[in-house]
Amino acid sequence: MAVPEDLQYTKSHEWVRITDGVATVGITEHAQDELGDVVFVELPEQGATLEAGDSFGAVESVKAVSDLYAPVGGEVVEVNGTLEDSPEKINEDPYGEGWILKLQISDEADLLSAADYEKLLEEES
Amino acid sequence: MVRVADGTLRRTPLYDEHEKAGARLVPFAGWEMPVQYEGVKAEHEAVRMAAGLFDVSHMGEVVFRGPDAERAVQRLVTRDVSRLEAGQAGYAAVCYESGGTVDDVLVYKNPDDFLVVVNAANREKDVAHFREHTGDLDVEVVDESDDWALLALQGPRAEEILQNFTGSSLSDMKYYRHAVGEVDGRHAVISRTGYTGEDGFELYVRPDAAAPLWRRFVEAGATPAGLGARDTLRLEAGMCLYGNELDEETTPLEAGIGFAVHLDKEQEFLGQEALRREKEEGLRKKLVGFKVEGRGIARHDHPVALGGETVGTVTSGTQSPTLGEAIGLALVAPGVEDSFDVVIRDRPVPARVVPLPFYKREKK
Repeated sequence: MAVPEDLQYTKSHEWVRITDGVATVGITEHAQDELGDVVFVELPEQGATLEAGDSFGAVESVKAVSDLYAPVGGEVVEVNGTLEDSPEKINEDPYGEGWILKLQISDEADLLSAADYEKLLEEES
Repeated sequence: MVRVADGTLRRTPLYDEHEKAGARLVPFAGWEMPVQYEGVKAEHEAVRMAAGLFDVSHMGEVVFRGPDAERAVQRLVTRDVSRLEAGQAGYAAVCYESGGTVDDVLVYKNPDDFLVVVNAANREKDVAHFREHTGDLDVEVVDESDDWALLALQGPRAEEILQNFTGSSLSDMKYYRHAVGEVDGRHAVISRTGYTGEDGFELYVRPDAAAPLWRRFVEAGATPAGLGARDTLRLEAGMCLYGNELDEETTPLEAGIGFAVHLDKEQEFLGQEALRREKEEGLRKKLVGFKVEGRGIARHDHPVALGGETVGTVTSGTQSPTLGEAIGLALVAPGVEDSFDVVIRDRPVPARVVPLPFYKREKK
């Protein structure tokens, strides 16, 4: 399972890319593999304010539902509308076209490094 | 011949095949079963378009043998099995006196006995129930579950694939008929039944024959399919799943399987009075099929609401791979007719009642 080194991670299997105070968030390759074929993504409204740890939506596969949690606090400045019609992007390209939303960070949180996340995956397997 | 993993979960004789095929194995009804191999959607499609192969060895096989075998089965199931010919099978419910459902089963009539196929999760409960209510009869109730493995070969190519391995003439075998024969030189009960809405066969074989046959069918083009696809397929076909649509609190009439309840049958069956009364007085709830019209997927246990009032519960729901829409079944109060809301994670989403099944194959 790919765990890109330039990203940060949560224990609930989201990834985070922070650029100029904006966090782009998605779910990891491991998470999409566990879920299987993603068929629906529930997204928050643009402008919504989230605290770190808030549940902000869900990713559904044919068989399962997985809640999504905000890795950092902030305002939702963009959601990936492509996922409405093409939720499979999460399976195909979880770290790229399958990104889920962008948050203007107002509240930092503890995130895992790639190495720590890999360790977590090993522990869970 | 059932292997037990770490003292808790049981494994079917096909466990090694599943592992080799890269299956994701999950605990299911006390068994370690494959939920998917490559992916639910691809497996689902293989069954609709070509052929899929399921390991359903976890199901239970209970044989009724002896002079009173038919009387015993008649007493226990809702279907009038005296109308079955030897070589025929019938879907039926097993009820409590209250009319609530113990299990839904397949009854096979053989020349000398009856085979009742039960759900894996209910096996022990069923056998105890069967024995409790037939103790006064001259019948032996034998749990043969460990003596049989069960493979389901399903899909439009199932007949063609299976015919390569058996001398039995499959084109002459009608739906819900079965025959004892050989498949690839191995003893098998060949049954034209299934749980996918497609044409197909279920093969009862000895445990040591399961893996060789599994490999043969895969080589011949059948796609291994797991419990995930089995669930989306049966839901598209509008079929009940015990624990979802059916349970001890729900009668077969409420769950929409009245076709398997013969209230007029001569020999009385357990629950008959309660079901008769229910039919006269009207159902307290009824099963309906629905399509979600808003965005979201309804799931088991999500509430059904009308004007903000809860009027039922979703019993099964998924994204239909064939239709590309979110579909589901719900038990709702009588009078709920055309539309309602399904409450998905506290969000009411409109849904429309549609006739069942959601998917019907084109007959040849």
